Amino acid sequence: MKSDIILAGVGGQGILSIATVLGYAAIESGLTMKQAEVHGMSQRGGAVQSHMRIADGDIHSDLVPRGGADLVVSVEPMEALRYLPWLAPGGWVVTNSTPFRNIPDYPGEEELKRALEALKHRVVIDADTIAAEADNPRGMNMAVAGAASLFIDIPFEKMEAGVRAIFGRKGDAVVEKNLAVLREGRKRAEAARGE
Amino acid sequence: MKSRAELLLGDEAVAQGALDAGVSGFYAYPGTPSTEIMEYVQHSREAADGNVHRTWSANEKTALESALGMSYAGKRAMACMKHVGLNVAADPFVNSAITGANGGLMVTVADDPSMHSSQNEQDSRFLGKFALMPMLEPSNQQEAYDMCRHGFALSEEMKLPVMLRVTTRLAHSRAGVVRQAPIPSGDVRLPEDMRQFVLLPAISRRRYRRLLELQPRLVQASKDSPFNRYIDGPDRSLGIIACGLGVNYVRENFPNDRIPHPLIKIGQYPVPVKMLERMADACDRILVVEEGMPFLEELLRGLLDRGVNVAGRMDGTLPPDGELTPNLVRVALGMADRSGAEVPAIVRNRPPALCRGCSHADTYKALNQAVKEVYGDGHVFSDIGCYTLGALPPFQAINSCVDMGASITMAKGAADAGLLPAVAVIGDSTFCHSGMTGLLDAVVENTSMLVMILDNSATAMTGGQDSHAFRRLEKICLGLGVDPEHLHLINPIPRNHDALVGLIRRELDYPGVSVIIPTRECVQTLKKRSRRKPAGTPAGAKGGVQ
Repeated sequence: MKSDIILAGVGGQGILSIATVLGYAAIESGLTMKQAEVHGMSQRGGAVQSHMRIADGDIHSDLVPRGGADLVVSVEPMEALRYLPWLAPGGWVVTNSTPFRNIPDYPGEEELKRALEALKHRVVIDADTIAAEADNPRGMNMAVAGAASLFIDIPFEKMEAGVRAIFGRKGDAVVEKNLAVLREGRKRAEAARGE
Repeated sequence: MKSRAELLLGDEAVAQGALDAGVSGFYAYPGTPSTEIMEYVQHSREAADGNVHRTWSANEKTALESALGMSYAGKRAMACMKHVGLNVAADPFVNSAITGANGGLMVTVADDPSMHSSQNEQDSRFLGKFALMPMLEPSNQQEAYDMCRHGFALSEEMKLPVMLRVTTRLAHSRAGVVRQAPIPSGDVRLPEDMRQFVLLPAISRRRYRRLLELQPRLVQASKDSPFNRYIDGPDRSLGIIACGLGVNYVRENFPNDRIPHPLIKIGQYPVPVKMLERMADACDRILVVEEGMPFLEELLRGLLDRGVNVAGRMDGTLPPDGELTPNLVRVALGMADRSGAEVPAIVRNRPPALCRGCSHADTYKALNQAVKEVYGDGHVFSDIGCYTLGALPPFQAINSCVDMGASITMAKGAADAGLLPAVAVIGDSTFCHSGMTGLLDAVVENTSMLVMILDNSATAMTGGQDSHAFRRLEKICLGLGVDPEHLHLINPIPRNHDALVGLIRRELDYPGVSVIIPTRECVQTLKKRSRRKPAGTPAGAKGGVQ
């Protein structure tokens, strides 16, 4: 088993929480992982990414090779496109459809939509709405994590255990809300993949 | 065994490794990518139980000197800093190799190739060699952990400080680390020679000779080190020398770890020359893969470059700058590069920006109105911190960012040259790091300049660590001799915009040193604090907002 993932988004959107849940699930499944993060200056509202590598054997490089990622997982649609050079042939893009507009020259809705539709293997979900409907607006990242889980060979129960472990100290209500969003994200991804 | 592994950042592995090696104190100033070492220690239960020193220092120089003092007293100590921080600490760094250590002393330096969060990408191995200090360079998080135990033992065996060099990619990457049983920390134990740390010329000459005489033993230690290995291979048309994490990118490109070429993995310096000789004799060509500058490659080539057939960063086989990637090393190994689709043209840059509600933004609005719109661009010297983002749109308010503290001293030099007005913009933590002495220079000459100390009560850029300036700025400025008539505190909230503009204008007219301190807590630390505290609890100890 090998899963090389680029996690993408804007500083502050919560990609490191996705990484933590995935990492927990991987370790609990007896797998090896490496995960490179961005700290420091770019965290301030800039484009951020994290390289996540999961395998059942040794992992050497902390970075996913360009052209070698099985998955680009993004909490922001334009950021998903930024990492296409990393995607291997046949790899999938899983992304939130809601833009994060904090720059003056953010692309128009139509051209962004066209660029996403040009991708052969894609799952685009409205994670912000999923989270809002579950009364958990800050849980958008967990919806994306749920969608991504469909493409990672780790038992889904381990992902759920990851959510429990990470949000546990915030109480059962927070755990349940995030689990709901995680499951809904996965369900929407199942539907979207079939299209 | 895997179930026992803990997921740690490289920085955290260093911290835990040092804790388990019986360290009694960490000394550091925050700086990407080294910050998480101290942060981990500050959150560690064991460190609290063991009363391990873990308060931030004012700067890297005071940090390293304090660590040296702890070593003098016979206990194990670690100083941590980013690469440019080692410049600040260069004086105690170089001289600590001459005094030598008593208790084990390690200096962890985190380099930032590709300048993810830095103003240069200098390679600290050059400074380590300059100081004639043994150095360790891990290839992964487990080695980062293991090297602490090894490093402290080496330090005490050689009675020398040991440098541990990590780079961004390792410092900020998480992987499984297996711990060893902790060693208890030591007791106070004075140096055997009470003149060891007295670097009077006569003693220094003796100490320096000792340092020189130790060098062959350090090379021997590198040869015997578990972190330096010669792994033979059948295809000797090429030999590969990989330093630190470079070896990962080599292995990445040979499936199932079947590397056909002889490989030297370097993790400890000074380099084991015999190992290199063996490769030079066996192989037609040597590829040097190192993260950072061509440190080993340059040594191998020598000035005349007429000996060994070497490839690396100096002949374009690898780029001369920037961090390594698996793809760059792949190409250097003669394999075809790989890439996915191109980035669509609609994708725009998304540079970092000041947060919404950031006090710096309000200050820059006022500063631009009072300075740039009146005198034109070119009068504002700034410094290292979040507020450096004021160089980017929409503010484009500052004209320099060089090193910690340089805003004040550069403004002074420019004022001396006749550039008026001259304004310095510096953060509260940076001011305490290296700005105070420059302000004293200006006070002594009563230089005509305005110093703006942007006080957000935190070391914000690195994640909101406590600032030494907290509730001390005014007293420090008065103590340095700033005229109380020309020292002002103001909250730069939009309601005070006109007042702040007026204040700046007034002080620009004063032909001497003025200090304005716009004060409002960082929105990020404020958020963090309010999340930690249950609703209804007062803001707490850090709420000093006017």
